[in-house]
Amino acid sequence: MTELTVAPLADVTMPRPRRSLRGRMQGALPKLVLAPSFAAILVFVYGFILWTFYLSFTNSKAFMNPNLVGLSTYQKLWTWTFETDPPSNWYTAIVNMGLFGGLYVFFCLALGLTLAILIDQKIRGEGFLRPIYLYPLALSFIVTGTAWKLFLDPGIGLEKAVHDWGWTSFKFDWVVNPRMMIYCVAIAGIWASSGFVMALFLAGLRGIDGEILKAAQIDGASGFAMYRRIIIPIMRPVFFSALIILTHLAIKSYDLVLSVTGKNPGGAAELPSTFMYSFTFTRNQMAVGSASAIIMLMAIAAIMVPYLYSELREKSQ
Amino acid sequence: MKFRTMLMASAMLASAAGFAVPAQAADDKEVQMLHWWTSGGEAAALNVLKQDLAKEGYAWKDVPVAGGGGEGAMTALKAMVAAGNPPTASQILGYFAIDYAEAGKLGDITSLATKEGWDKVVPKALQKFTITNGKWDAVPVNIHSVNWIWLNKAVMEKIGGTEPKTFDDFIALLDKAKKAGVIPLALGGQPWQEATLFDSVVASTGGIDFYKKAFIDLDPAALKSDTMKKAFDNLAKLKAYTDPNFAGRDWNLATAMVIKGDALVQVMGDWAKGEFVNANQKADKDFLCYRFPGTDGSVIYNTDMFAMFNVPADRKAAQLALADATMSISFQSAFNVVKGSVPARMDVPDTAFDACGKKGIADVKAANADGKFVGSMAQNYAQPPAIAGAYHDVVTKFFHGEIKTSDSAVTELIKAIDAAK
Repeated sequence: MTELTVAPLADVTMPRPRRSLRGRMQGALPKLVLAPSFAAILVFVYGFILWTFYLSFTNSKAFMNPNLVGLSTYQKLWTWTFETDPPSNWYTAIVNMGLFGGLYVFFCLALGLTLAILIDQKIRGEGFLRPIYLYPLALSFIVTGTAWKLFLDPGIGLEKAVHDWGWTSFKFDWVVNPRMMIYCVAIAGIWASSGFVMALFLAGLRGIDGEILKAAQIDGASGFAMYRRIIIPIMRPVFFSALIILTHLAIKSYDLVLSVTGKNPGGAAELPSTFMYSFTFTRNQMAVGSASAIIMLMAIAAIMVPYLYSELREKSQ
Repeated sequence: MKFRTMLMASAMLASAAGFAVPAQAADDKEVQMLHWWTSGGEAAALNVLKQDLAKEGYAWKDVPVAGGGGEGAMTALKAMVAAGNPPTASQILGYFAIDYAEAGKLGDITSLATKEGWDKVVPKALQKFTITNGKWDAVPVNIHSVNWIWLNKAVMEKIGGTEPKTFDDFIALLDKAKKAGVIPLALGGQPWQEATLFDSVVASTGGIDFYKKAFIDLDPAALKSDTMKKAFDNLAKLKAYTDPNFAGRDWNLATAMVIKGDALVQVMGDWAKGEFVNANQKADKDFLCYRFPGTDGSVIYNTDMFAMFNVPADRKAAQLALADATMSISFQSAFNVVKGSVPARMDVPDTAFDACGKKGIADVKAANADGKFVGSMAQNYAQPPAIAGAYHDVVTKFFHGEIKTSDSAVTELIKAIDAAK
């Protein structure tokens, strides 16, 4: 596009060599503008990934220690992975990650899609309903978590309210039961994020070409079949972005779990992120913390790389 | 790319937050201070220190730290020090002071300490954290102790209770409360609170010498002894007296239960007194403070300190002025009256303190003289953070039933401590 606008002007006013110089500069401009952020990402993301990788092979404690000690920190984590009785912190973190991540991603996608389809039925008051579902996203996770902790607390929240209404055998004490806590974290997370996923899907639904739907109607497709066979498959890229966003939200989730569970009673609310933070910064075992961060990275890569690969390959075909 | 960015963001979050602290041009008439006493009475008490320094011509500059708790501040401090831009001084806890000292990051205020004779007025056990390799590099602001119980006096009178002297007395008292329909024990089920409670239980069950052997010396024989098992069993007994919703509760909410009379007693360090005072309650009139039954005469302490960083020579004078003002008798008295703790020097008159404060001061003096003044394991004053963390894990897992018997609790404790060494 730049070529088009510049070339005629240059033809009239400038001799050839300078035009090409200017043209080249125009061509280089995007690269120049991108260079600082590229350099920043190179250093602060990939540079620090390598740095963390290096730290995980040292015996750094409170401060960085350059002496390499080999795989001993990984060995530690490896043995902890199989310590189930009593569960080691690392084992609990992995199990909780699976539970929380799985529930969070699945229910956010399911609820988000359902809400988007319902709102897309050209209902009245859409402009009013949409922000209501989207609003939880405006709250930080720490606020969300604290609110849900209070709401679910049996002594002051839901259980007490239901008792006061007369249903005294009602019992819902998950948030103070270390074994069920992680489900409360998932509930709070799903509440906070499903509206956002709804907005993503809604945008996808609105982007679908009406002609295709009309053609399907003429062919006699029912409403359900239309969604199942046509609309949802068309929205694959939206699933893709929603999945990536939700997966990383689940894995980096830190403040939510701390605020819902109240600082990890019984060691039952550990997640890889809280494990990493506590070992690196409060327990002064930086090497173990770094090793756990690297394992988190590997785990995400193991899930995302094949998925990315298959998606991108299909696109290029 | 995005998810990797996010991962790294989480991995590097804290250090990045630290780097964001702007590098200030150091003014040699300025005290840069990193602390998290930013609200309520503590901030007011710290104002006394600011004014003392202003009189000597030194300006006070707070180093901003996002977030209220000490954890965020410690992370920010680490980043500042790593970037070669340490504050003049920083509030610091436990073994973090030793870590910085051993990494050569702290300054030397020995000359002032010798001149003022601090080694004679500060309890010996506490000097472990303020002196490294013979050099003073930190000053203690206060002494907290964790082996206290706080009771609602009205509830106590209603159930006709008296001061419990032994652990069995304590259980009997809790039984009385249970029969009277009040929650006997207000507890916040968070790992550090449960571990803090266990500190007192161990000292009560085995005596303070046993506590020292187990937690200060990490003697394996003591750690796996029957006494330690009995301590775990005693801890399990206490669980029966909590309300069912205790898991995850913050400590100050537990204190509020005692203040309101919903619960009889809380086992907590003397920072709990601040909550009573804020609720306009008076010691011995509205609330009672006793030593944890069976630990009278001993003090399990933790302390807030100001670590003095290795600053350039032109900022040294300000640092010494800060250290001197912090150790002044007037500040130690004024600050600790508000904070609920007791002064870190033992020649401060107790006239301004309430009944609990007076008892606290007397206890520290006596315990220091008898060698019964020991660091709290739960609060990071007996062992480095890695081991204290392992201790938290085992105690909380036992308390919440993940570790089922006291036998396996003892085995797990030794295993966890070994892994953390």
